[in-house]
Amino acid sequence: MNTTVAFILAAAALAGLAIAPLFLNAYGIGLLVGMTGYVVLASAWAMFSGPTRYVSLATVAFFGIGAYTVAVLSETLPYPLVLLCACAIGLTVALIVGLSTLRLAGIYFVIFTFGLAELIRQLVTWYEVNVTGTLGRYIFLPFEGIHIYWQLLALAAATLLLSWWINRSRLGLALRAVGDDEVVAAHAGINVSRAKLMLFALSATIITLVGAIQAPRWVYVEPAIVFNPTISFLTLIMALLGGATRLWGPALGAIPLFLLFEWLSANFPNYFSIILGVFFIGIVFFLPQGVLAKIEGLRRPARKAPPENKERSGAA
Amino acid sequence: MSQTVLRRAFLRSVSAFGAAALFLSAMSEGAVAQDDRTSVRIGYAVSLSGANAGGAGITTIPNYRLWVEDVNAAGGLLLPDGSRLPIEVIEYDDRSSSEEAVRAVERLATQDEVDFILPPWGTGFNLAIAPLMARAGYPQIAVTAVTDRAPEFVERWPSSFWLLGGGADYSTALAAVMAEARDAGAINNQVAMISVADGFGIDLVNAARPALTEAGFELVYDEVFPVGTSDFSTILNEARATTADSFVAFSYPPHTFALMQQAQVVDYSPPLFYLGVGAGFPVFQNMNAENVEGVMSLGGIDPNNPLNAAYRERHQEVIGAPADYWASVITYSSLQMLQQAIERVGLDREAVTQELATGTFETAAGTIMLENNQLRDLWWVGQWQGGTFVGVAPTDREGASAPQLPKPGWN
Repeated sequence: MNTTVAFILAAAALAGLAIAPLFLNAYGIGLLVGMTGYVVLASAWAMFSGPTRYVSLATVAFFGIGAYTVAVLSETLPYPLVLLCACAIGLTVALIVGLSTLRLAGIYFVIFTFGLAELIRQLVTWYEVNVTGTLGRYIFLPFEGIHIYWQLLALAAATLLLSWWINRSRLGLALRAVGDDEVVAAHAGINVSRAKLMLFALSATIITLVGAIQAPRWVYVEPAIVFNPTISFLTLIMALLGGATRLWGPALGAIPLFLLFEWLSANFPNYFSIILGVFFIGIVFFLPQGVLAKIEGLRRPARKAPPENKERSGAA
Repeated sequence: MSQTVLRRAFLRSVSAFGAAALFLSAMSEGAVAQDDRTSVRIGYAVSLSGANAGGAGITTIPNYRLWVEDVNAAGGLLLPDGSRLPIEVIEYDDRSSSEEAVRAVERLATQDEVDFILPPWGTGFNLAIAPLMARAGYPQIAVTAVTDRAPEFVERWPSSFWLLGGGADYSTALAAVMAEARDAGAINNQVAMISVADGFGIDLVNAARPALTEAGFELVYDEVFPVGTSDFSTILNEARATTADSFVAFSYPPHTFALMQQAQVVDYSPPLFYLGVGAGFPVFQNMNAENVEGVMSLGGIDPNNPLNAAYRERHQEVIGAPADYWASVITYSSLQMLQQAIERVGLDREAVTQELATGTFETAAGTIMLENNQLRDLWWVGQWQGGTFVGVAPTDREGASAPQLPKPGWN
């Protein structure tokens, strides 16, 4: 019954959010676009990294692929097809990367994913310089903030629904087992590689779509603009703040952090980077499991907290 | 996750959405009353941090601050009725991100309801905000955006103005200067050319290749180097091993500084030495002292223009650093254009846009009249001569200095 109620409430919230921009000015819509974008990014990131505890910094690699696909194809293909192409490219890259690297664990995976973003950026640059002979690309699509917001909102709903479904499925159980102990999971008969690969590809495809949907807002893209590593870091810290293992965790991390960053950059533009850094450190030190887990921990002090060492690895 | 937890999590998130909605509605009440105005609100979002902070910090931000200081020191912006209103500045950081730049402009236009918005630094960021500026009816006087597609952009966004020309302008002017020097016997017809694998370098080199070939030059060395390059000794040695008299580098400031230093180390001093962005920066002169003599680059000034000299003195005095020799004076002049347009037609944005497009303005860079919303009267090639970076091309422009080639050797 609770699930039904939750679904009805979620649908109502979604409807409310869908009509919200009709009452807001351009800046309000801009805020919603940015916020929804990060909710999707953080949720998609947590879809893979939450249960498996593989910390990925490749977010911007896929985000950038999406944006670039739109830039390259927006004048030759109808928009829905462009989005499909972006999905296909993101998925293909994720499968190739996943197949070759999901054997890496811990810090090696983190470093690899960080390098992946840079690798793709350099590849795009190399291609543009040597093959097409131009670097900046233009996206002239007739979208305003509100259109982009609606697309992102739909994607957010789909992402959360998918996360919810995966959590309840055998795949989700398998992934949690992998996160707890990969060797044990393998011995329990879980096809570890397949499970990880599927989730990585799914998460990467959603991230690719976010980049593709948001790109028309910038009109002009070049590798330095779309492969901005800050996006990876922000996504990570938002998901960690909310709690990467919870369904609503990433969203709950993304919304307050996004609004905080917005408030900071409007009021303290000169100290933004310093405050951001302090925040990163604070979250990792004080909320390694995220806000949701912390609140639950406070509410149920009698229940023992889970063993420390496992929790640490999730936030490393 | 149990269903209770799920529901609790969900309820919590609903309240978070509610809080966000409250936050939004609270923020939308920040509108200002238009009557009884006591100031003119001018906003801008420039890269105060991130990858673009270097360029914005040299060319854009100091000139915005200098102009505001100058105007307010004089009692404010003069309006058609003879009254004056001081400028109130709203400054944001776009953190070198397009998304932030777009949102900052949305905030300026609809939240802060500023009267005018000054453009950000860089081609990409000017393009990112162009649709918004046009839709909200703000004139966009883009300075630090070098683009060959300006005519197309003007058609798309009629309230946009493009003041720094396109890559092809700079390259073809350089080819013309070189052809003249070759015909005078100062250099041979071979060129060693390198360019950075990034937007600006590519634009310039793509235009330079055909322009140089057409002018009868032979490209004996043509290399593209990645943005992250810091060691140019191999490139410089290879260029030196050729018989070319001309070395042309379409580079960004870090490369420009490195190339200049390393060319002195390997003692490579070709008769024509052209470097990209950064050679007109004051720090370039400080680092290389009298060795800058004869080095060519983009931009330049007319050393005999008293208005420009006064501007440079004022820049030094207020900002504490000299102005750069390329886009700085154009940035300041663009603000003077805005100031004079407001003086003539008031604060109505549409009228100001119209005036900017059709009026004639007296600025630190001389008399400016835009053609099809673009400034075409620019120094395409400049050269360090006697401690000043002077404009040498177009050669027929008033105040042009004659290029001095061959360049003297390093000291």
